Amino acid sequence: MLDTKSTDQPYRKWVEFAIESLIRVIGFSSIGFVFLIFLFLMREGLTALLDVSWGNLLGTRWYPILDIYGVLPLLLGSILVTLIAILIALPLGVGTAVFVREVAPGWAREILKPMIEVMAGIPSVVLGFFGMTLLAPLFLKYLGLATGLTAFTGSVILAYMALPTIISVAEDALDAVPKSYRDASLAMGATQWQTIWRVVIPAARSGILTAIMLGLGRAIGETMLVMMVTGNAGRMPLTLDSLFRPIRTMTATIAAEMGEVAQGSSHYHVLFALGIILFLVTFIINLAAASAIFRKRRRGGLR
Amino acid sequence: MIRVDQNKNHLVNKISVENLYFYYGKFPALKDITIQIQDRQITALIGPSGCGKSTFLRCLNRMNDTIPNTRAVGKVLLDDKNIYSPDADVINLRSKVGMVFQRPNPFPQSIYNNVAFGPRVLGFDKSTKNLDDIVEESLRGAALWDEVKDKLDQDAQALSLGEQQRLCIARTIAVKPDVILMDEPCSALDPIATYEIEELMRILKEKYCIIIVTHSMQQAARVSDWTGFFWLGELVEFNHTHEIFTFPRSKLTHDYISGRAG
Ligand SMILES: Nc1ncnc2c1ncn2[C@@H]1O[C@H](COP(=O)(O)OP(=O)(O)O)[C@@H](O)[C@H]1O
Ligand SMILES: [Mg+2]
Repeated sequence: MLDTKSTDQPYRKWVEFAIESLIRVIGFSSIGFVFLIFLFLMREGLTALLDVSWGNLLGTRWYPILDIYGVLPLLLGSILVTLIAILIALPLGVGTAVFVREVAPGWAREILKPMIEVMAGIPSVVLGFFGMTLLAPLFLKYLGLATGLTAFTGSVILAYMALPTIISVAEDALDAVPKSYRDASLAMGATQWQTIWRVVIPAARSGILTAIMLGLGRAIGETMLVMMVTGNAGRMPLTLDSLFRPIRTMTATIAAEMGEVAQGSSHYHVLFALGIILFLVTFIINLAAASAIFRKRRRGGLR
Repeated sequence: MIRVDQNKNHLVNKISVENLYFYYGKFPALKDITIQIQDRQITALIGPSGCGKSTFLRCLNRMNDTIPNTRAVGKVLLDDKNIYSPDADVINLRSKVGMVFQRPNPFPQSIYNNVAFGPRVLGFDKSTKNLDDIVEESLRGAALWDEVKDKLDQDAQALSLGEQQRLCIARTIAVKPDVILMDEPCSALDPIATYEIEELMRILKEKYCIIIVTHSMQQAARVSDWTGFFWLGELVEFNHTHEIFTFPRSKLTHDYISGRAG
């Protein structure tokens, strides 16, 4: 016995070393790839600043055929659709999370949780299809619009898409609130709703904030769905009724135009610049989410 | 059970428990408990862990209702009204019977908001009092005002554990209860913080009916007027504290307080 053990030792050490190196190579190369993608994006996108003047880029019209590359309507389009989507998804998502975690009886929770996971698995093309054929005609008919393919239609479907993320992250946040807080509140004579509203939700707020940020991140990067249902007209959404008109987002623009653009042309570089803007926006959102998580950890560590 | 005549003139009966049984599912955690608890006195409940002290305490403010599959049978009269009668108002009951928990559990909010929580939720007479006064009064009542008056906006959880526990007491008395239940309130605290809570209890006794669960017999002997000894879900003996600790009537009690059982 002792003998086999001692002859095994170098072999096992070697396997250990091989596995460790492999994992290290994989880890570093994925970081490396992300970095390369970033470099590529920067190289192709920043060149736009050489080709196209700042005035042109910061303009309010997007007509690539006439060499007019104002990115503002696209940026504002993305922001509008995403913000409205989150405004719709936030109360619904947090409400559902509260229902699932705090109110629903055990059996209902057992049914709801897998349903929410299924919801998260619906491909965005399918949601876009649903929006085009069902929601858009509905809005067209009942809201008295010129077309059903509007920013609002996009927001509603995006909200639906962001919901599962928001629900499950918010539910985890509620779940992490210690029972002792609820007990303290109930023992003082607060009702269940007062306890949820004044104790549980405030205690879970950083987790709920993270849920919103993750939902935002998902929504702003979504392409297929918005391309299908927002009508893709590049105009500045400055008036209130813009919400019920077609709009064009950065993601839809890149997806629609990248295939036909001549490589190395100004148009090509501006599309990459759009990619950089998108990247920055998502990066800031993720940073905000991460700092919310960090604050929560630090507070947890204090106790 | 062994009992003695409690009726001295100055004592007022606050809570009467009559033949109370309590079940977790089928498991009887309390069996045939009958006890009279006096107002403006400290009643200590002692006994080995798992004998049903916390369960009994939670019967008095019906916090056991929040645990599924449980059942209470029998009567608990608070000021002669049965809190388990079908028309009893649980919310109202809990505002009259406050509770302090084993681990200090202030909300992760400011000191001020912790104390103001109860009045805000339950409402208070705005014509005679404002919230600031209630908060100050309650913090003074819990002997915490001088320590925190300059940092009411700070996170309550940054306080020391002893201060947190006194904050929880302040939060409880802010809703003006009649009864304060305390479930091993000092078990997470160091000796000095424990001493401070005990001092506080002696002051609170002037205004409230206090029931404390403790695993420390010294603590029961130090602070309480009455002591009840629980064993396996039964109340074995209930008497004046000095009687229990000097002349226990039951052999079980005697063995337990002399450290031979439990
Ligand atoms: N939530 C619960 N569900 C089931 N059984 C419980 C629960 N809480 C307490 N018990 C049981 O009831 C008995 C009394 O518990 P408890 O009142 O907590 O005792 P003590 O506070 O005296 O230590 C124990 O046997 C315990 O296992
Ligand atoms: Mg206990």
